[in-house]
Amino acid sequence: MDPAPTEGPSVTQNVRDLLIIGSGPAGYTAAVYAARAGLAPVVVAGAVTAGGALMNTTEVENFPGFVDGIMGPDLMENMRKQSERFGAEIVFDDVVQASLDGPIKTVVTGNGQTYTARAVILATGSAYRQLGLPEEKSMSGHGVSWCATCDGFFFRGQDVVVVGGGDSAVEEATFLTRFAASVTLVHRRDELRASKIMADRAAADPKIRFAWNSQVVAIHGTDRVTGVRLRDTVSGDERDLPATGVFVAIGHVPRNELLVGQIDLDDEGYVLVGAEGARGTGTNLDGVFACGDLVDHTYRQASTTAGTGCAAALDAQHHLAALPDTRVSVGAASLAETLKETL
Amino acid sequence: MSTIPVTDATFKAAVLDSPVPVLVDFWAPWCGPCRAVAPILEELSGTYAGRLSIAKLNTDENPQVTAAYGITSIPTINIYVGGELVKQIVGARPKPALVTEIDALLS
Repeated sequence: MDPAPTEGPSVTQNVRDLLIIGSGPAGYTAAVYAARAGLAPVVVAGAVTAGGALMNTTEVENFPGFVDGIMGPDLMENMRKQSERFGAEIVFDDVVQASLDGPIKTVVTGNGQTYTARAVILATGSAYRQLGLPEEKSMSGHGVSWCATCDGFFFRGQDVVVVGGGDSAVEEATFLTRFAASVTLVHRRDELRASKIMADRAAADPKIRFAWNSQVVAIHGTDRVTGVRLRDTVSGDERDLPATGVFVAIGHVPRNELLVGQIDLDDEGYVLVGAEGARGTGTNLDGVFACGDLVDHTYRQASTTAGTGCAAALDAQHHLAALPDTRVSVGAASLAETLKETL
Repeated sequence: MSTIPVTDATFKAAVLDSPVPVLVDFWAPWCGPCRAVAPILEELSGTYAGRLSIAKLNTDENPQVTAAYGITSIPTINIYVGGELVKQIVGARPKPALVTEIDALLS
């Protein structure tokens, strides 16, 4: 039996240099850099979401350095171990409360532990965007899914639908052809947003069909999904499409629930960085940095989030080096040097 | 205490005929979120020893029970009391959320 590393409510008195919230490629890369810089960061990795979105993927073919690709969960485990090797402390718990204003930042976790630090890196990533249909939640686990790699296995020989037109939708659809009899990609436009290599792969797949200019307006079924109702986005006509599985892959929303009201967000809820007077990953709050999918509308790749995670660690390091109490010790040391030289 | 592996063959005796409530974790080796839940359930098997058994069913190897309960997402956690399915939790949850659900059922 694994001991519980964070059992029981308690307060950790010592103020640390750096807390990192989130454990995708951004959080762990920040941890590697910060740990190598001797900041001994604490990474609040998530109780069940540690490793982030890549934990739900299979083969990652485009992360540099892995000639033959690597499984998403393996890549994340490697990143975690790499950060631990240099002294990062990983806490498998969720942040339930964060107070980021002022010189000392405070974070409380689900198990009641309190952590304080002089700098915080936010790397909480994003969550699946939902269709917004009432059946979506009630049928979750009964045919509605957000994770083909998790659930595709249960749809062997069945007809399923993937909603979306981006890379993740096409990846889900392609993965599902391993199990499903047919996969219909439902997209509200008349062409995919996905990268060319993935779109070509899907177009060439005999098991993948396309429902262009279509929007899912209802999910049918009581105990199990039996089909979807599609509305043509051009003509407005509606039709039913039988399916036992509905995989929703219509993008992501930033996981900002801890931050609303205390940090500047843009209209879509992404954390704004590069505030006036702050370095690249700096937010409007002094000593608070943000990186990864939490700030990125556009690229959202493992490599780009690793890159911004690295930048956040360097920015946090720069910030900490310039804090008054650090200066005092540096000043005292140089004063001592001066005195020694004078004497 | 630790979690108990159950199979298609042992499900009736170990779960449905159990004198104490049984929590069954439907999982598979390739499921990332299942890996996240596994250590939480190991821990809870100690916390609830004698009051609630915690069992694990590998969905790859046990298609009959998996199909009988219409499992289409893993992890799914089913809780059985007196042979009846009384609670279903789909998807990985943090420990405090699971404790809240279990305590509500056991009280």
